[in-house]
Amino acid sequence: MHVPEGNVERSKKLPEIFIHAEDLCFSYDAEGPDAHPALKGVSLDIQKGEYVAVLGHNGSGKSTFAKLLNLLLEPTSGKLTVAGMDLTSSGIEEKDLLDLRRKVGMVFQNPDNQLVATLVEEDVAFGPENLGVPQSELRKRVDDALNTVDMTSYALQEPHRLSGGQKQRVAIAGILAMQPQCIIFDESTAMLDPNGRQEVLRTVKKLNREQGITILNITHYMNEAAEADRILVINDGKLLLDGTPDEVFAERSVLQEVGLEVPQCTELIHRLRERGISLQGSQISDAEACADMIARAWKAKHGKGGPANG
Amino acid sequence: MKNVAFGQYYPAESPIHRLDPRAKVILTVLYIVCTFLCKNALSFAGLTLSALLLVLLSRLPIGMVFRSLRPILFIIAFTSIINIFMTKGEHLLTPADWKIQIYAEGLWNALFMVLRITALILGTGIFLTYTTTPIALTDALERLLAPLKKIKVPVHDFAMMMTIALRFIPTLTEETEKIMNAQRARGANFTTGSLVTRAKALIPILIPLFVSAFNRAFDLAAAMECRCYHGDEGRTRLKVLRYRASDLYAVLIMIGFGAAVLLLNHYGAGPVLS
Repeated sequence: MHVPEGNVERSKKLPEIFIHAEDLCFSYDAEGPDAHPALKGVSLDIQKGEYVAVLGHNGSGKSTFAKLLNLLLEPTSGKLTVAGMDLTSSGIEEKDLLDLRRKVGMVFQNPDNQLVATLVEEDVAFGPENLGVPQSELRKRVDDALNTVDMTSYALQEPHRLSGGQKQRVAIAGILAMQPQCIIFDESTAMLDPNGRQEVLRTVKKLNREQGITILNITHYMNEAAEADRILVINDGKLLLDGTPDEVFAERSVLQEVGLEVPQCTELIHRLRERGISLQGSQISDAEACADMIARAWKAKHGKGGPANG
Repeated sequence: MKNVAFGQYYPAESPIHRLDPRAKVILTVLYIVCTFLCKNALSFAGLTLSALLLVLLSRLPIGMVFRSLRPILFIIAFTSIINIFMTKGEHLLTPADWKIQIYAEGLWNALFMVLRITALILGTGIFLTYTTTPIALTDALERLLAPLKKIKVPVHDFAMMMTIALRFIPTLTEETEKIMNAQRARGANFTTGSLVTRAKALIPILIPLFVSAFNRAFDLAAAMECRCYHGDEGRTRLKVLRYRASDLYAVLIMIGFGAAVLLLNHYGAGPVLS
């Protein structure tokens, strides 16, 4: 039984490296004649408790990167350390593997294809059941996890009767019940309607802020990425950009070159600046901040009679 | 489509619904044995009574329970006819010079067989399909057959496969519906034509369905691995089945019924199953 360790780390504000990758490479068909590397030397560090979004269009290698982190795929070369475990060493036993997967949970894209049991609460219990958590604690973990994702009243429902967003929250609860330190979302909102997406994103943010769980959100929605603390842009198997949303979205032309659009508010700021309108500020990933920026510029130009904020 | 009834579980509050699923499996086996123990008119009367009692106890709609006999009507009719015409005995009913001869023993045998098959179907239906959810049944079988693990029978794996199948039946049904609509929109016709044409029309449904089922299987396997699934080694369960006193009483009553059948066989008079 452990207190979520992330919490302690967060309060101490001691940066501790959770994921460390050095020149990480991976090919699906390493020996084949047309070896097509999916990752070509990625080096990065992710700290405990960070909320990181990973951007990239289809086939960029972003999902491959995620699958390496809990050894669904094994790195071809390079160095990768996750939660203090060297994943590139050859001596990984099943016990270590289970421990790694307990610490690094993963939520997938299709909400239907990751629920195993015929009742919501039994599905949430699936992970801890596999870990051999004793029955009395199991009950508590399931209840806590369902409570965190706000699905307590659905505990005895059948998963196929839930909406996409609800299914995805059940999947998150299933990971939470294993008490992970990090959760990877592999395009978990891609198949959801806007409401479902909001539900899931709210939950993700809550987990990061309240429980200090490290979040890796792999997505191609810019607005979603803008909510993270940090964005990694992966293109053609390489790390292209790495920074806060403001820093990354400032590189509009780089993003466009690899087929990614910046969020609409950022696009607006960029275009206004191109027209020679001077806008002060660098918070270009947040719609509110952008609106403020434009309002300030308006006031500066037209005096007090400008449009009201908002 | 979302309410597709798999199996025929009928939710109700009854003493039989409340029994532990494992007890119900045991009761079913015992009841089947009892139906085969019956030998004479008296014990078959007892069996009929017990079947009616089960129907009443289960609080299931009587019409629904008896409708479950419909698929086997043919078998019932077939066995009765065979028994009527093929049994030789001492009491000839038809004139001696007829080609087809019917004996009183044959009529009794036919009646007995009908009662036996009816009781068999009603008994298993009431204990297993109508009052037990498929998932509870899977659970019960996994636990009852657990000793077989010692001789390397993959009991847990089969139960897991069953659970996953049950979980995905509604999902795949919905998907079939979608594919059918998509093919209809492209002009496919599933309802007219000869049997062969109709069977051929199913191919464009089955192939996409299979492809998607395999994709789902790959996804699910990855998701299960991520959730540390590694067989039943060291696995605990959220839901623990517990026998209660009523389960014990039910089994004892059933054993008592078996003993009564044996006694009736021994002491009862009247026609005997030959």
